[in-house]
Amino acid sequence: MGKWTRRAFISAGVMAGGGILVGVAIRPGNLADQVEDEVAGEGETLVHAYVKIDQDNVVTAIVPHSEMGQGAQTALAQMLADELDADWSKVRVEEAPARAEYSHYSIGRGYLLGGAELPSVIVPTFEGVMMRLSDSLDLQVTGGSMSVRVTGTYGMRVAGAATRDMLKRAAAKSWDVPFDDIRTENSTLFHDASGRAEPYISFAEAASEMRPSYVPKLKETNDFGIMGKPVQRFDIPSKVDGTAQFALDVRVPNMVYATVQRSPIFGGQIKKLDDSAARVVKGVLDVIQVPKIGFDSFLGGFTADETVAVVADGYWAANRGLRALDVQWEGNGNETMSSASIRARQDMELAEAIDRKADIDTGDTESVFADAENVISADYRVPYLAHSCMEPLNATADVRDGKCEIWIGCQNPLGFRRAVADALGFKEKDVTLHNLFMGGGFGRKSRADWAVQAALISRAVGRPVQLIWSREEDMRQDYYRPGLPSSFRAALGQDGSLLAWENTYVGKMEPVEAPLIPYSAAAQNIGHVPSESYVPLGAWRSVDESQHGFFTECFIDECAAALGADPFAYRAALLKDKPRHLAVLERAAQEAGWNTPLGEGRGRGIALKESFGSIVAEVAEVSIVDGEVVIDRIVLAADAGFAVNPDGFAAQMESGVIYGLTAAIYGEITIEDGAVVQSNFHDYQAMRMSAAPPIETHIINSGHKPGGAGEPGTPPAAPALANAIFAATGKRIRELPLHHHIPFSTGFSGVSS
Amino acid sequence: MITLNINGDRKTVDADPDTPLLWVIREQLAMTGTKFGCGIAQCGACTVLIGGTAARACVIPLSNVNGREVTTIEGLAIDENTPHPLQEAWIEHQTPQCGYCQSGQLMAAAALLRRNPNPTDDDINRAMEGNICRCGMYGRIKAAIKTAAAQMADETLTPAASEEVTDG
Repeated sequence: MGKWTRRAFISAGVMAGGGILVGVAIRPGNLADQVEDEVAGEGETLVHAYVKIDQDNVVTAIVPHSEMGQGAQTALAQMLADELDADWSKVRVEEAPARAEYSHYSIGRGYLLGGAELPSVIVPTFEGVMMRLSDSLDLQVTGGSMSVRVTGTYGMRVAGAATRDMLKRAAAKSWDVPFDDIRTENSTLFHDASGRAEPYISFAEAASEMRPSYVPKLKETNDFGIMGKPVQRFDIPSKVDGTAQFALDVRVPNMVYATVQRSPIFGGQIKKLDDSAARVVKGVLDVIQVPKIGFDSFLGGFTADETVAVVADGYWAANRGLRALDVQWEGNGNETMSSASIRARQDMELAEAIDRKADIDTGDTESVFADAENVISADYRVPYLAHSCMEPLNATADVRDGKCEIWIGCQNPLGFRRAVADALGFKEKDVTLHNLFMGGGFGRKSRADWAVQAALISRAVGRPVQLIWSREEDMRQDYYRPGLPSSFRAALGQDGSLLAWENTYVGKMEPVEAPLIPYSAAAQNIGHVPSESYVPLGAWRSVDESQHGFFTECFIDECAAALGADPFAYRAALLKDKPRHLAVLERAAQEAGWNTPLGEGRGRGIALKESFGSIVAEVAEVSIVDGEVVIDRIVLAADAGFAVNPDGFAAQMESGVIYGLTAAIYGEITIEDGAVVQSNFHDYQAMRMSAAPPIETHIINSGHKPGGAGEPGTPPAAPALANAIFAATGKRIRELPLHHHIPFSTGFSGVSS
Repeated sequence: MITLNINGDRKTVDADPDTPLLWVIREQLAMTGTKFGCGIAQCGACTVLIGGTAARACVIPLSNVNGREVTTIEGLAIDENTPHPLQEAWIEHQTPQCGYCQSGQLMAAAALLRRNPNPTDDDINRAMEGNICRCGMYGRIKAAIKTAAAQMADETLTPAASEEVTDG
């Protein structure tokens, strides 16, 4: 990208149709210029968003996050519109293009700081570093439950307030009245004493000539008008009439279709390929070998093995052609890998604990254990998991004449553009990426492997290609949630205190705090043993929190059980120093009627996990009917800090719970002969309506910063369920998926899963 | 050449007779509301109505629908200005998240309400069992179906008769 001058990012532009792009925005791009002065103000917060106002006084928020149904675009528009005092009925939202100007400076800030407040004196330095970083990293990530709590908090609210401030200044000057005498409401400026009233658009051009404040006055919670309201999402109407555009729906003139098979053995390659039978399938146009590819990046790097692609005049012909290929793969030694061999190696790594690194080490754990009278230990394990988004991976690429245009639904448009440019040997400016709605993401769509494939196939055939993966390919070429063991030991005080907590697990990704517990324990030693993974790993909704939520919240339940204590009361007593956690736990228990006894064959389980800035407790209620588990309901309480769109937040909790329960009950990817065994929804099951419990969500607006929504509902689901099964049956299940250990009802009498 | 009666229009397509209906709808007729999810009738994303009954278009060969009446999400609305009550209820309950499965969910629900205007929870579970929602919006889908059923009952009942019906 070229150098940005201050004018370029602050001034207005006239849009087609005569509207104005108000110059809030504001992301100083290059520190080399006069821009540096802008950055250096003490305590300043930079704005990262665009606001457009058109001739009909319609306000458009341009948001740098993708939509996969999590509702972030609507929530971000709420944050901007509220600070702007916009007329919500005339607010629209657009997704920012994949251009460097929209790289996630603010995401980077949140990512590196974990949302921590900075001492004002170091802000300018830090801001400068972050800007350079986000430029070079091409961050435009939707993930980590970041949109509202980072972009919204640091970007959209500030942008809205700064725009309002400029509009007021412009009106004050034009009307020659004091700034403080002007009020704003419903996208209109008022001077009550003189009876003047003008829509925002009247002053948009004048405002755009001004320098925006980086630290505009933000509203107090009591003054929120749009934030905190359960508004309807912008994306929903198009999703009920078939008009919503997903990547699979893109139609480009002269487009053909392709489907692929990558080496089923991870790390493998083509040994022999005879495509003669495939080439005579009606409609097949070409068969192409795609080399092994890789992309090195701070976030979302990947490698992808050698692949064969069949190009045809339709997906069906391409798929038939693929099945007609005679292809043999060689595994480079990996063909002997299996779930059993991986498991044996991990168990050995755990036992030997070579290079164990402590996540936390406080108190003298060893001597506490040596002196303790009541010590319990347990070993837990979770399997690999696939994401299985509803929309199989697909992308449409048109690579001709040194340019690439690509249509895709992804979680990191800028990162994908960079990966595609790198693979083609193009400059980033020669790659145009159009991001569409994602049919699910869950972390899978942050790795650009299939985007690169689509681009390479298009280049090979010299025309636009829509690459569509089969469900089988999607299942077998994922970047999986790790499967791993975790072992625990705890020293229990007879008074209910937790004297020592020791935990060792294999492999670590993020967030770093995932294995930590909120409970008071004087001596703690939590650590991990590094492990090379033969299976490709990636972020899966809530990342490491998903497994550690299960491990830690089941083992703390075991601690309570070992003392004959009530699982809720035991936890509550250990949360005296954590009032927010305690309030969440108590709210969930209270709403669930924790102290109301359930009948024979029924049980309640509780679990608590803080993740991605929100604290969530879930109570699961189960019945055992004819030996099968029925989940009667889930009661959930969440400290969201502040839920910008309460209904959207609740929907995300419901979604996170079902995603977590599905994985807990059924989810398991296994490896045989170096390759994934499962292939489709018949052997990698998803929870269906009949088995899905009602979910009651109770939101606590504690007044803290907004927390994440997309992920925090998932981690407590599995332990709440496993703990409920223990309460109902006395059976403690320490390994997922649960259906290997106890049958689950499908919700219909007489049929089990 | 095979003739389809799709959303009230007659369309003639030139495709291999064993091509699944899904790909003909999406690629030849350019109606992209019907989605591809699994290819083996396990997820329901491709659900359409054939003769008013829910069917998985990803496994129905084109030859099986020759001359039969096919309805896709594009043909669900009552008319251009009147959405189907299910579509209104879907918005009221803010049902979709990613939205990718929702065309199929709506068509499965439409088939249910055609044959059973007043479904119980168990009826709904059975009718919707073939439709996966990975965003897990089952509670909202079920609530929206009930709302739509109640709405349709209200519209078809005379004021006198409506007193006899207490729930949808």
